[in-house]
Amino acid sequence: MRVTFDVNGRRQEADDVWEGESLLYVLRERMGLPGSKNACEQGECGSCTVRLDGLPVCSCLVAAGQAEGRQVVTVEGLAGENGELSTVQQAFVDAGAVQCGFCTPGLLVAADELLERNPEPSDGDIREALSGNLCRCTGYEKILDAVRLAAARAEQAV
Amino acid sequence: MAHETPAATTGGPRAATAPGRAPSSLTQGAVTRGGIGESTLRPDGVLKVTGEFAYSSDLWHEDMLWGYTLRSTVAHAKILSIDTGEALATSGVYAVLTHDDLPTEVKHYGLEIRDTPVLAHGKVRHHGEPVALVAADHPETARRAAAKIRVVYEELLVITDEASATAPGALLVHEGRDDHHSGHVPHPNIVHRQPIVRGDAAAAAARADVVVTGEYVFGMQDQAFLGPESGLAVPAQDGGVDLYVATQWLHSDLRQIAPVLGLPESKVRMTLSGVGGAFGGREDLSMQIHGCLLALRTGKPVKIVYNRFESFFGHVHRHPAKLRYEHGATRDGKLTHVRCRIVLDGGAYASASPAVVGNAASLSVGPYVVDDVDIEAIALYTNNPPCGAMRGFGAVQACFAYEAQMDRVAAELGMDPVEFRQLNAMEQGTIMPTGQAVDSPAPVAELLRRVKAMPMPPERQWEVAGGAPDVRALPGGLSNTTHGEGVVRGVGYAVGIKNVGFSEGFDDYSTARVRIEAINGEAVATVHTAMAEVGQGGVTVHAQIARSELGVAQVTIQPADTRVGSAGSTSASRQTYMTGGAVKNTCEAVREKVLDIGRRKFGTYHPAWATAELLLESGKVVTDGGEALAGIAEVLEDESVDLELEFRHRPTQAFDLRTGQGNGHVQYSFAAHRAVVEVDTELGLVKVVELACAQDVGKALNPLSVVGQIQGGTTQGLGIAVMEEIVVDPKTAKVRNPSFTDYLIPTILDTPTIPVDVLELADEHAPYGLRGVGEAPTLSSTPAVLAAIRAATGLELNRTPVRPEHLTGVR
Repeated sequence: MRVTFDVNGRRQEADDVWEGESLLYVLRERMGLPGSKNACEQGECGSCTVRLDGLPVCSCLVAAGQAEGRQVVTVEGLAGENGELSTVQQAFVDAGAVQCGFCTPGLLVAADELLERNPEPSDGDIREALSGNLCRCTGYEKILDAVRLAAARAEQAV
Repeated sequence: MAHETPAATTGGPRAATAPGRAPSSLTQGAVTRGGIGESTLRPDGVLKVTGEFAYSSDLWHEDMLWGYTLRSTVAHAKILSIDTGEALATSGVYAVLTHDDLPTEVKHYGLEIRDTPVLAHGKVRHHGEPVALVAADHPETARRAAAKIRVVYEELLVITDEASATAPGALLVHEGRDDHHSGHVPHPNIVHRQPIVRGDAAAAAARADVVVTGEYVFGMQDQAFLGPESGLAVPAQDGGVDLYVATQWLHSDLRQIAPVLGLPESKVRMTLSGVGGAFGGREDLSMQIHGCLLALRTGKPVKIVYNRFESFFGHVHRHPAKLRYEHGATRDGKLTHVRCRIVLDGGAYASASPAVVGNAASLSVGPYVVDDVDIEAIALYTNNPPCGAMRGFGAVQACFAYEAQMDRVAAELGMDPVEFRQLNAMEQGTIMPTGQAVDSPAPVAELLRRVKAMPMPPERQWEVAGGAPDVRALPGGLSNTTHGEGVVRGVGYAVGIKNVGFSEGFDDYSTARVRIEAINGEAVATVHTAMAEVGQGGVTVHAQIARSELGVAQVTIQPADTRVGSAGSTSASRQTYMTGGAVKNTCEAVREKVLDIGRRKFGTYHPAWATAELLLESGKVVTDGGEALAGIAEVLEDESVDLELEFRHRPTQAFDLRTGQGNGHVQYSFAAHRAVVEVDTELGLVKVVELACAQDVGKALNPLSVVGQIQGGTTQGLGIAVMEEIVVDPKTAKVRNPSFTDYLIPTILDTPTIPVDVLELADEHAPYGLRGVGEAPTLSSTPAVLAAIRAATGLELNRTPVRPEHLTGVR
């Protein structure tokens, strides 16, 4: 089948898609967007998190056909037009929240969505919002630091 | 940040076969400065937050096929037949391979003992063993074709523990062993046995006022790195193969791969691709040989990516263990002796079991002064999943048990558990049970003092003024199981000792190639090693070392590959010491060459060229008095200096097979933890409130990364304390929970704040005085949490992980 949807504001199309393919597979293997990660492919780790019409979802659990005609935002869509890092991306680099980095794309999409709806999250809010994103390297402390830093910088920028 | 493909940086024969997406060089220039001791940011950080970093599962090649592995559905069985006909006839399938298709007489591989079949031959020895391979044009086609392969098994009795492994007439997991451990083991189903006998434990026991014995059980932990096993094998025109893969040690892989393929090592060109964590789970091969076999058979690039289910079968785990300890002490609180027996379950294949045995035995007493010991550690061959390397490597299991014992002895004596530990703490000069003197700082008592002195987290943190409690801070969390009723707090302490680097006489070395040249009037450096960057930040540290030693701003880190000498493994907390040491060592030699060029060109203009000690700083040659003599670029002009050198740590010795005596280890590292937990005693739910850590790191080359390592290691220790365990059915030896639905690793809600106190006492034998960091925090974290739960509940709790039924008694 053919699927057509918007990814990071651009119309994308893929042909010869098998009906069982996930949104994650089509993004990674057919659209050249491997930023969303494949850590578990069973909806438990959050590394494949993308936004579908604004809502964070595990793209491994979304059939590609379900995205037809909809808006998808992936980690590749977070940076600015000229490649400048978004506030949350820069905060992850600066705070040491990235080690192996495999969980990072999903965490960035989830954290970006959190800060959009809750610009001043408490630590409890951050933990709750990111509790679907597993990280095996950092022990999460630097990830909390990064989200706090991004929130503080965004507030300063206002 | 430069983005270059290997084709662009290397040219040569690889250009024709380079994948469309491949690892890139990492260049940090004027924007990110920073020598050793500074919290320089990662050179791969931007690529990782933009999604551009090329992990091994992201690789792509025009025309590539997908490989898939058919694995055994039973743990122990004869293979009566394999019928691949229907699978081969499936549209889109290019190849189906079994053991019979292996191209050479070398059909096994292994880290130390070559006992692991590339594909099962006649027999499978554990659940999930690779039996056949499929290559197809779509991953689903490959999976479905694999499902059409008919394997007829005749099941055999499973060997699952020491009793069944050594029972009279027990089946042998491996018949006809002739490996170098087979001569000294008491039974062919024991991989390796290491006793350590020192002093006279029986006589010392007679002096003891209190004797405490205990039996402990340590569950099977999974590394659970997030990036699944994956790689891309590309057949080359010269008959060789280019392999892009996530691993911990390229050259170890190469030594195991090439003979199976029947190729010289020079025709198996390996490039490290982005590694999504490792923690020991990538020391052994996974898809490497399989991918190459399929690529060479089909003449097409083949990508293999495990899913999480397969990943649980695709790598070895941490050895589960049964440990029996006896500690004695005098009334005034001095340990008299330790007797212990540690039985590690190595599963079906040896992997790193022999070295894990050596570690468990030699570190079994912990960081304490004990002159009289009687120790035995063994690893079994069973039909359980193979076990091998995981962060902490034998020392983790022992630490869980000896720290529980230390608390119990302290309680018998009526002493404070921290004071009791401090009273018996080792220090520089202490003789280990192996007879080896600890010849660098061993601040065990000080780490305990520091971790105890940290401020305690406030009580009842879930309370919200004038509102409902924040259940996220309570045991049970968002399940909303308690608002504080039945919740009891407990505090526990633990400390551990871990060796750094490869031990027991292994020729442990690393190689670094460093080049310095002038580009556009600026001196720049390039560092090339085969070090596996698995997330730990080695690439950051290498650039910092090059900046410090060569006085340059811009450093390019080339992709790790096998065109440069071995860097050894990214394990045993060794890479900053070893490959960091190799980069330092090569930089020093490069610096001398630069200075030689300077003396040749400018020596006659200034006497300091001949008389002063010269350094390279901020792009200049300067005297130790701070006088600038020339720019480095000015010295080099069109010349470059390019050296590749090996670096070794001090030699070690094998442990005597009868007494365990020998200077077996290079360096020791120490960490201490204080755990604060809150337990819902009615439901048996545990909330770890805080896990404070104090660790001596010798010298923090990158403080931000060091703290990140300590927090990450601490959290893996938390996981095995309260949630993580691979459950193997004792009747069938089959894995019951190969998924992140059923194998739980800590989420951000499960993980507490982790305050870290870093101590820096230099080890004069090590580069910059540094001490390997990565593993020590994984040791003491687990027993500290267990001690805190015991303090909260009063229960004995002799196994880890602790589950709710252990706390409530309800099953």
